[in-house]
Amino acid sequence: MIRDITLGQYYPGESPIHRLDARTKIIATILYIIELFVVNNFWGFLIAAAALFAVIAVSRVPVKFIFRGLTAVFIIIAFTFIINLFMVDGRVLWHWRFLTITYEGVSRAFFMAVRLVLLIIGSSMMTLTTKPIELTDGLEKLFKPFSLIGLPSHEIALMMTIALRFIPTLMEETDKIIKAQEARGADFESGNLFQRAKSLIPILIPLFISSFRIAQDLALAMEARCYHGGSGRTRMNEIHFAKGDAVAAVLMVLFLAVIIASRYIPVLYK
Amino acid sequence: MSIEVKDLRYVYSPGLPGETVALDGVSFEVHDGETIGIIGHTGSGKSTLLQHLNGLLKPASGDVYVDGQCITDGSVKLVEIRRKVGLVFQYPEYQLFEETVAKDVAFGPRNTGLSEEKIETRVKASLALVGLNYDEIGDSSPFELSGGQKRRVAIAGVIAMEPSVLILDEPTAGLDPSAHREILSMIELIREKMGIIIIFVSHNMADVAALSDRIIVMDGGKIAMEGTPQEVFSHEKELSAMGLGVPPVREIMTKITAALPEIESNALTADEAATDIKKVINIPKRDN
Ligand SMILES: Nc1ncnc2c1ncn2[C@@H]1O[C@H](COP(=O)(O)OP(=O)(O)O)[C@@H](O)[C@H]1O
Ligand SMILES: [Mg+2]
Repeated sequence: MIRDITLGQYYPGESPIHRLDARTKIIATILYIIELFVVNNFWGFLIAAAALFAVIAVSRVPVKFIFRGLTAVFIIIAFTFIINLFMVDGRVLWHWRFLTITYEGVSRAFFMAVRLVLLIIGSSMMTLTTKPIELTDGLEKLFKPFSLIGLPSHEIALMMTIALRFIPTLMEETDKIIKAQEARGADFESGNLFQRAKSLIPILIPLFISSFRIAQDLALAMEARCYHGGSGRTRMNEIHFAKGDAVAAVLMVLFLAVIIASRYIPVLYK
Repeated sequence: MSIEVKDLRYVYSPGLPGETVALDGVSFEVHDGETIGIIGHTGSGKSTLLQHLNGLLKPASGDVYVDGQCITDGSVKLVEIRRKVGLVFQYPEYQLFEETVAKDVAFGPRNTGLSEEKIETRVKASLALVGLNYDEIGDSSPFELSGGQKRRVAIAGVIAMEPSVLILDEPTAGLDPSAHREILSMIELIREKMGIIIIFVSHNMADVAALSDRIIVMDGGKIAMEGTPQEVFSHEKELSAMGLGVPPVREIMTKITAALPEIESNALTADEAATDIKKVINIPKRDN
């Protein structure tokens, strides 16, 4: 179901991961994503997956909840897998008409799929354990140095947070509209590709209109509370680095070293 | 035509955090031609219940029978059920999407595969039934209309499928008094002209008292009370414990009968109250 997408959702909790400074989590996530592309063999992926599961375990976010979010992006993962499977040249493993699967293709497809899964879970761990408001504050502080070269750090951070915040709202809205059109006998499941695409119109138009309405309401609500951009704004709860963040930083450096070292672990097959 | 709901249970996000039991052992029957009002605190499961009646939600357990046919065991085509049971969601104007009012109203009938002439007749008839003129607004964009008009166009879109049961989820929510009155008289007209089962949810106790043959009171996913308006609204204490109330006329009459014991009344509407008061007050004839 469309509302099952957990990307961008917050899962309330009191775990050490939840308590980390948002900046630590943002940096850790970016670092993790980069490391996923540094990894080049089986051992590296095993270590990366183990580290991620350790984080999930500490955060106490139910694994079921995280994986439910993956089902929605399953198509993208499957598509990447198939493209890689058939498109890589190398030693032929299987051949039929114009379709060829190579050893290199299999391993590339497998690695790409694992990489995507870890990437999606990794980045959803950040949003699952960080309140949107903390995320904005964190992003804004991280962007601050760039405001010297004219980057509107506050506005960018706000835009990103609003986008994240409204994913679930729009999902809910979509669900409602789908149901309402189904009640009028709309059928989204049968017909050829063209008919199916056409059957989306009764969903997309009301959804567009709803988004504009929501955006307008939000803008009005912000103005009513005298929002006037970032300059001179102060916070009720300032964020601070704490002991946990130092521990996290040490672990991050260690993990980076292990990941780089993993490139040199001999693999069992070639 | 009849509806029978047996021991319905529904759980949102089962097995996940945020698991909510929205319906728990709900059973009731609706007979031919009845108008049923459903009341209940926000979150008591009213909307969830309505979505089971046309197969939009599948119950965790329990069954729904429409016209003696079980719609929950997968033996009936869903399009067939949706043609029979018309469901108007809360704020239905948000589902309008076509360029013109006529086309939007035609969306439902077209999905059931009717011929173009039949669709046209239905569109005209259902717009008339909701008090709108096809020749005046049929070709205008639904987005140019007023709030009340938009809502009536959306309701016409469901009526155009000529359902045997019409379900309305909070049809008057967020309307101004005149649009509110229009929707109420529209419901009365549909009841009169089509003679179908009408089930509606409302937070306005006066509307529920005036329109319903029977009232179902929902509380925490269960049916807390069921009966005629007179029966249900005689339980003022229980209702207010559930965050509900009685029609304003009943409140006033309770005060009046307490102060003036010679007046006897359990009126729910202004007309009933007037009759009861007239019975005891003899205004001497003035001669002028
Ligand atoms: N789509 C949904 N996902 C999860 N929970 C829901 C959803 N819709 C409703 N609920 C929950 O189910 C319960 C009943 O809701 P609903 O049927 O909408 O009540 P009502 O219409 O009486 O206000 C509420 O606790 C509500 O929070
Ligand atoms: Mg509701």
